[in-house]
Amino acid sequence: MAQLVFGYFAGVIAVTAMLVVALRNPVYSVLCLLIMFFHVAGLYVTLHAEFLAAVQLIVYAGAILVLYLFVVMLLNAKQDDRYHRQWRVAGFVCVPLLLELLVLFAGGKMEPSPLFSADQAGPGTDNARAIGLTLFSTYLFPFEVASLILLVAMIGAIVLAKRDIGGSGA
Amino acid sequence: MTIPITYYLILSAVVFLTGVVGVLIRRNIIAILLSVELMLNATNINFVAFSRYLEDLGGQVFVFFALTVAAAEVAVGLAIIIALHRSKESINLEDFKLLKW
Repeated sequence: MAQLVFGYFAGVIAVTAMLVVALRNPVYSVLCLLIMFFHVAGLYVTLHAEFLAAVQLIVYAGAILVLYLFVVMLLNAKQDDRYHRQWRVAGFVCVPLLLELLVLFAGGKMEPSPLFSADQAGPGTDNARAIGLTLFSTYLFPFEVASLILLVAMIGAIVLAKRDIGGSGA
Repeated sequence: MTIPITYYLILSAVVFLTGVVGVLIRRNIIAILLSVELMLNATNINFVAFSRYLEDLGGQVFVFFALTVAAAEVAVGLAIIIALHRSKESINLEDFKLLKW
């Protein structure tokens, strides 16, 4: 069963990764990357990294991919027939979500505290709690540096994408 | 623990090589950024697999930081692409040869 789940996720990840490179339409590439992110999140769930799976879905599939789609549609807004057959994309997104849900439920029943709990966070804690305890104790300084990186990136993106840079103000 | 870590390494290598090939052969800047995302995800799979098999949470925390850097990279990269498109009306890499000799 574990091999079957891994084989499914790995196969879809490999195929969609190649499709991202091979397809000519950037919108299709972005949608293939979306499918790949969902399946990578499923792989994280099978590796008992549930918090990372959720972060992967929220940050990658929710924020980064939407940004890509914005830019793709902003730059070349051609009127092709590129919105056909969206149900296949929807199916490829829904199937890993369903599998992740099943694996989560099954894992919750069979192994209550499988890993990362005995030595690092005390018994009976889950993955998100263990990651939080590690992140805010051992890796506190890199966490602060990450916030600085995000601030710099935000300012840089605003400055770079502003329309009249150096026109009237600076 | 039934799946050996070699399989994860092979999958990660395949995805990473796909990303490298994408960076090398594509001419669309957005496709190149997508290939960079592929490579980042390949390293993330590696981190999580080793974090599971070595039973150390540091790998998952590093994936967290890699996500942060990826988000910053995407924001700045897409802003650069918008600025380039505004100045040259193109997102084809071969149109940008200002720094080529």
